Amino acid sequence: MTDARLYLLQRATAVLLAPLVLVHLGLILHAVEAGLSAAEILQRTRGSIAWATFYGLFVLAVAVHAPIGLRNVAREWLAWGGRWLNWATFLMGVLLLWLGARAVWAVVGGGL
Amino acid sequence: MVENMLDVEIWRGKETGRFETYRVPNGSSQTILDVVTWVQRNVEPALAYRFACRVGMCGSCAMTVNGRPRWTCRSHVSKVVKSGRLRIEPLYNMPRIKDLVVDMTPFFEKWQAARGQFKPSITRFDPMERISPDSMRRRAVDAGIECINCGVCHAACDVVAWNNDYLGPAALNRSWTLANDERDADRGGLLSTISRSGGCHSCHTHGSCVEDCPVGLNPAAGIAGLKRMTLTGLLRGDLG
Amino acid sequence: MIQRWRRHPGYWAAIAHRLSGLVLALFLPAHFLVLGLALEGEIVLESAIRWADQPLVKFSEWALIVLLTLHLSLGLRILILEFLPWRGSRQALIGFGALVSILAGSVFLLKLE
Repeated sequence: MTDARLYLLQRATAVLLAPLVLVHLGLILHAVEAGLSAAEILQRTRGSIAWATFYGLFVLAVAVHAPIGLRNVAREWLAWGGRWLNWATFLMGVLLLWLGARAVWAVVGGGL
Repeated sequence: MVENMLDVEIWRGKETGRFETYRVPNGSSQTILDVVTWVQRNVEPALAYRFACRVGMCGSCAMTVNGRPRWTCRSHVSKVVKSGRLRIEPLYNMPRIKDLVVDMTPFFEKWQAARGQFKPSITRFDPMERISPDSMRRRAVDAGIECINCGVCHAACDVVAWNNDYLGPAALNRSWTLANDERDADRGGLLSTISRSGGCHSCHTHGSCVEDCPVGLNPAAGIAGLKRMTLTGLLRGDLG
Repeated sequence: MIQRWRRHPGYWAAIAHRLSGLVLALFLPAHFLVLGLALEGEIVLESAIRWADQPLVKFSEWALIVLLTLHLSLGLRILILEFLPWRGSRQALIGFGALVSILAGSVFLLKLE
């Protein structure tokens, strides 16, 4: 993938993530005030299509956004390059997508 | 009468070398270039450095002064020296040849790599094109065209230091003025060229080029403009 | 890399943006794995959350809130610098970003009480 396309994806996901992060932060502060517990989290998320969509989108965007950022760091600070760097970026994206999707499924659908 | 003197550290050598300290008269309203010249004429005839116009037009005399790249002919000692310390070394991000002189070849090669040449769309036999001075594109060109090729922004840039492929702020500033030149025949080719690895998308908008440009240009804003132009090209499918 | 003198707010903003991003990216897999514990039942997730009540872990959570807010504000600054017309380095935006993240961190601390 060209640098221009990676840049486009990085900025596009940034625009998408900005409001998502704001809501997520608000939710964290709210949840901490209420006293964080598994029951409280799962009661909110289980079977909720709204939260599944919200965090599904979040995971998708972050699985694109974070690997591109790490790629820049690896290239500039560790002098990585070439095919290795492309594969590492891709694998990081797959890892985040898989773990993230699994986490969303765990809190929304798990136990159903 | 005890003359007011100033201790100056000057880099001697190539990539490896050392700082030598020289004691120079601390005259009023002298420039960094005056100090270097005084050392060369009075103490160290073998000291190598570059200058030409002495009035901030030619862009030859840039050096690193107290860690910051500057045009030395227009930098007054009194404005630069804080707590009596003055340390002069060659520009960063370019190979050191001797003392204060760097090899600027890689810098100018990047201008070539950024397609820094104008590509005419008409011949000398055609009537001249009329470009309104008020047009948006012409004003964008005006904002970036006064570059004196001194290399200060290139030396200031972190991404240039981190990524050998990066074209750098000066070359991309040139691309930006060409991308806004209505007479240029190949904007598409230009945008493809600067979208390759190490092109405009490598810039992270640290803004060191803006901080240090001696003639007050804003290469980072131009590079941001190139990013927007290339994204439009990408979304339209014009860009490979 | 560090010995250079020309450090200005724009540089520090970029470094803070990068380091916060780095920490957040490395934290994400752990975050996802903990939430994934719900697959093994509510009790398993609950025990992980109670484990996180330790002061050191709570402190890390607080740091992550601050870093997330910082990364968000500094990221918005980049989007503004790159996509809106501007001249100069817009240093006020950096101060604003720092302020917002300190605010978020303080709110988190207050709510813990």
